[in-house]
Amino acid sequence: MIANQLPRSLADNPRLDAWIGFETPGRVRISTGKVELGQGVLTALVQIAAEELDVEPTRLRLVSGEAGEGPNEGYTAGSYSVENSGGAIRIVCAEVRALFLDRTASLLACGTEELSIEDGAFRRSGKGTGFDYWRLAGDIDLSCASTGGASAKPATACRLVGTSLPRTDLPEKIGGGAFIHDMVMPGMLHARVLRQPWRGAILGELDERALHRAARRPIEVLREGSLVALLGEDEASVEAAAVLAREKARWTGGEIPPDAVVQPDWLTTQPAVDRVIANGKPAAGERVEATYSRGFIAHGSIGPSCALARWDGAALEVWTHSQGVYPLRQSLAAALGLDLASVSVRHRQAAGCYGHNGADDAAFDAAFLALKRPGHTVRAQWTRADELTASPFGAPMTVKLDAVLDPEGRPADWGIEIWSAPHGQRPGMHRAINLIGAEALPGAPPRVPPGDVPDANGFGAARNAIAFYDLPAQRIVTHFVAGHPVRTSSLRGLGAFANVFAIESFIDELAEATGQDPVAYRLSLSSDPRARGVIEAAAAMAGWSPDAAIGEGTAKGFGFSRYKNKAAYMAAVAEVALDEEVRVTRVWCAVDAGLVINPDGAANQVEGGVIQAASWTLKEAVRFENGRATCSQWDDYPILRFSEVPEVEVRFIDMASEPALGLGEVAQGPTAAAIGNAVARALGARIRDLPLSRARIMEALL
Amino acid sequence: MSDLATQMVRFTVNGQPVEADAAGDVPLLAVLRGEFGLTGSRFGCGLEQCGACTVLLDDEPAYACSRPAWTVAGRRVMTIEDAGRDPMLAALKQAFVEEQAGQCGYCLSGIVMRARALLARQPAPDRASIAAALDGNLCRCGAHNRIIRAVQRAAARLSDAGATA
Ligand code: FES
Ligand code: FES
Repeated sequence: MIANQLPRSLADNPRLDAWIGFETPGRVRISTGKVELGQGVLTALVQIAAEELDVEPTRLRLVSGEAGEGPNEGYTAGSYSVENSGGAIRIVCAEVRALFLDRTASLLACGTEELSIEDGAFRRSGKGTGFDYWRLAGDIDLSCASTGGASAKPATACRLVGTSLPRTDLPEKIGGGAFIHDMVMPGMLHARVLRQPWRGAILGELDERALHRAARRPIEVLREGSLVALLGEDEASVEAAAVLAREKARWTGGEIPPDAVVQPDWLTTQPAVDRVIANGKPAAGERVEATYSRGFIAHGSIGPSCALARWDGAALEVWTHSQGVYPLRQSLAAALGLDLASVSVRHRQAAGCYGHNGADDAAFDAAFLALKRPGHTVRAQWTRADELTASPFGAPMTVKLDAVLDPEGRPADWGIEIWSAPHGQRPGMHRAINLIGAEALPGAPPRVPPGDVPDANGFGAARNAIAFYDLPAQRIVTHFVAGHPVRTSSLRGLGAFANVFAIESFIDELAEATGQDPVAYRLSLSSDPRARGVIEAAAAMAGWSPDAAIGEGTAKGFGFSRYKNKAAYMAAVAEVALDEEVRVTRVWCAVDAGLVINPDGAANQVEGGVIQAASWTLKEAVRFENGRATCSQWDDYPILRFSEVPEVEVRFIDMASEPALGLGEVAQGPTAAAIGNAVARALGARIRDLPLSRARIMEALL
Repeated sequence: MSDLATQMVRFTVNGQPVEADAAGDVPLLAVLRGEFGLTGSRFGCGLEQCGACTVLLDDEPAYACSRPAWTVAGRRVMTIEDAGRDPMLAALKQAFVEEQAGQCGYCLSGIVMRARALLARQPAPDRASIAAALDGNLCRCGAHNRIIRAVQRAAARLSDAGATA
């Protein structure tokens, strides 16, 4: 099932007891550094552990995201969780199971092949032995390092993995207090922090007395440099003062982005770090070219960021919904001048997270203020405007494709040139603290221009820049705009969203130019059997017809990619209907993710990815006016609503004998491409800049 | 500190008579969450633009985030926590779990409340009417289709129960 080399997570955290323990009778502790972001990862990890240990899933207690205690697995990002954490847990559980079986066999003086396990109890030739994991736990030393040598169950022997175990956290998330926002601590102080409207903005005079007057109950106003915080026991009072503070604040200086920062050609004229990733030899002949783009995209989490922190004079405790509790802990300690050992950071769940949003910054707010008010728990809550405008944005990109076609209409060479703002400015990346609260303090260190996301992590700007087709002489160049004034960072799929949109649009344009059917054209360029498998499956699901009319107002379009060129494969067909606006009516997806741990959970991820990507593709782009992002409320940043979502059908190719491949971000690129290609066919004209907004449709119709 | 006076209002929450300080236009959502610990209703925007805070006021959906608590004096407030008592909420909650309708779940309580109001006036809604009814509720995770199916499933179950009752 999962690849048999030692997963990175296990190499980094080799001790068995970092992952598993039998401390409570009848229960198994499984610790993971990965966190639940709404993607159902904890359920998949429960399945993997229960499978290898042969215990009922209800016995498992998952401890997730406790920096200082559980395993350090970096960020929960990049669709790595099942591969890395799942891979580690599987190997650890197989090894632990073998240790316990050996011990039982020696106590009973029998061979291990006579033993079996039923819900944690060891049986010999089908009969109870009186031994179980908990009874023998004291005999077995789990503080040793994993050898990685135990063999895990083959896929054919699995009874839990591969089934759709329902998520156990859902009932509480429908109607309980499952979220960090719901935590209440004795003596809690509510806090709001004023956000700088752009990087480096300097706050002018602020009438603090007016802020006190705006609050019904006593509040404190705390100012250091350009950081202003309002604190108090009564949340409504704190909020009232914050509203006034936002209104009255005057900002100067800093890196004011021009309104034109959203234009695709603004990006291409900026100073950039240039890099050649591949330099195939250009072919001779007439060159076809096209340039595509996407703008800034907001994460738009439904629950604004929130964090709690408490300082008792010696130790700082932080509760956060960050994707990376360990890196955040490092950055917090550095920013606050604390010893790493005195900081603990615990993950608590929040609304869906699709990348580097405001979670870490909110954690800094709470931690910074907790240090000022020892003995109190400070709860920092962001507003909707903070969440939409102060979270890092998904990075804008401009992507230019070119090719020379051979006499059969196949590319004789292929070039991709990418201009991109940074995709990774998480806390601690590129040795920078990367917490906006810290940037507002007096004497904040000058901003370090970030690097791109490392190639080993699947690239940032160049994610999926290598077209997953049999193309000769690929040329890949990136222009990385490191000094971009707007704070951008990781959003689901990183560069893959724009690159796949561009590549797959261009493939369609080439097919059209040479009079070929887009699906047949893709198949003619693809010898990878799994790529062909999803392409053919999606075409069949959608009833794809090569003779569909063009320019008739409704059409189907195709999109394909293999995420990061190493995770799951997906092909999508989108059906659109056009009037003044684009309506995506249906989407069919075929996905090859190898062994799928939880098919329904995986389908849920893909369906959600399709709808979110459709929203990005049709509607979303942040605008700037006078330096500020204008998307301070949902009305200014519409996302797809219930009456606008397509029906989505997902089919997984049966590949249970292949390793599990990450699929959490697989849908973003192919969905955008399929919609773009469908719109081009329905309209009889191509729109190359996202989103495919009403204004752009109208323009294309004229 | 303009006004430290209190302004007590009485209303019912999930059938229980309650009393709360509603001075200074404090929103109903803050009272439900802060005072009564009913954290099932959620803060999403405070602007009547996302629906995360939706509760029922005399059986009609209302945005608790922006509605001053004093305006509910003498009225009936129902929140997701009433699923233990209200058969329609219970059926919806169960159907949402059965359809695994949700990812992060943050949007769900508001959606369930609005669906309850829909089913009360339209017991067998089709896809389009469910979508139209839920248009004021945003879901960023993209669980929409499952949510629509869950509402249909709950509707079917409730009408079966009605038929056999
Ligand atoms: S929180 Fe009330 S509508 Fe968004
Ligand atoms: S399930 Fe996450 S916002 Fe709806």
